Amino acid sequence: MASLRDIKNRITSTKKTSQITKAMEMVSSSKWNRGVMNAKAFVPYMEKMQEVTASIAMGSKDVNHPMLQSRPVKKTGYLVITSDRGLAGAFNSNVIRQVYQTIQERHKSNDEFAIIAIGRVGRDFFAKQGMNVVLEIIGVADQPSFSEIHDITSSTVGMFEDGTFDELYVYYNHYVSAISQEVTEKKLLPLTDIEVPTKMTSYEFEPNAEEILEVLLPQYAESLIFGSLLDSKASEHAARMNAMKNATDNANELIKSLSLSYNRARQAAITQEITEIVGGAAALE
Amino acid sequence: MKTMKVNVVTPDGPVYESDVEMVSTKAQTGELGILPGHIPMVAPLEIGAVRMKHDGKTELVAVSGGFLEVRPDTVTILAQTAETSDEIDVERAIRAKERAEQRLRERQQENVDFRRAELALQRAINRISISQGKL
Repeated sequence: MASLRDIKNRITSTKKTSQITKAMEMVSSSKWNRGVMNAKAFVPYMEKMQEVTASIAMGSKDVNHPMLQSRPVKKTGYLVITSDRGLAGAFNSNVIRQVYQTIQERHKSNDEFAIIAIGRVGRDFFAKQGMNVVLEIIGVADQPSFSEIHDITSSTVGMFEDGTFDELYVYYNHYVSAISQEVTEKKLLPLTDIEVPTKMTSYEFEPNAEEILEVLLPQYAESLIFGSLLDSKASEHAARMNAMKNATDNANELIKSLSLSYNRARQAAITQEITEIVGGAAALE
Repeated sequence: MKTMKVNVVTPDGPVYESDVEMVSTKAQTGELGILPGHIPMVAPLEIGAVRMKHDGKTELVAVSGGFLEVRPDTVTILAQTAETSDEIDVERAIRAKERAEQRLRERQQENVDFRRAELALQRAINRISISQGKL
């Protein structure tokens, strides 16, 4: 049986750990709130963008733009969104596992795909596996603004345009609710399956549809990436909040059971002492 | 007078929402004025100001590129960044202007992305003049 002091030490250290996890839980919870708000603020922009893009791309049949056309796939791009920091439960490993398995299934050699890694965890994993990481971005803010990540999105879209890859998939944790996040695969480019809105408007174009698509499509693709990033950030904070909540709960459980064995050990020590005294006194008589 | 709804939305959230009598702005093909009842239209915008007229007053919003979507009773502006005139951080714009000018002066040196510096300069000048109520 562990000595009294050992148990006491463990109780103190578990208490300290639980204080830390409790603090981290609260930090994540406030970040999560803001993350969800950011994702919500983005919705009107995305909806409008989608509506206009769909109306133009579907409305006029004769438009041709490289970003709308599927071309023979020689190389596939994977945009993997993970977090920079750990301690978020299975948040990162879920995404990474799915991407890794997909790549193993679909591709035989390293030349057939390229990875764009957002987030340190994903970057480290794929670099360690010796996979072809063409672009990596770490240190994205917890509340990213569009201008901050504009470089990422435009160079990603640029890589599709200059033929670094012929299709682009994005993998991220889709935010379902505070307790549930889903790994999602989305095909970003080419833009073959734009959701058609229920109400289509036929527009006049100033100057013409082609030139508008020229400007609109890259922006549309960029906003899709930004949307996924916001979604993933909200999930990250929710996942971390949950992980830390579980850690705190476990710590409290542990403290409870340790206190119990501490009290037992203390009682046993007292009982033993009394037995010894009584025994000693009896020996003197 | 008849009015229409104007929304300015950016990826970071809505910036401006109001009922106005007229919207005028600079599209890539030239100046554009829109009154209520306009036919549906889409046009890409330049870096510049969007002027919203209502009750004889004009409100300004700085936009850096983006789109104008017109419907008979609503106008939506989709911009990557946009600020109303009192939201503009003038000091930041002045700093950005100086930085961009500095880059352009070092024209001879390589590794300077001119196109980007020029655009940054345009955006900074646009923000400064809008915050001073010009244009």
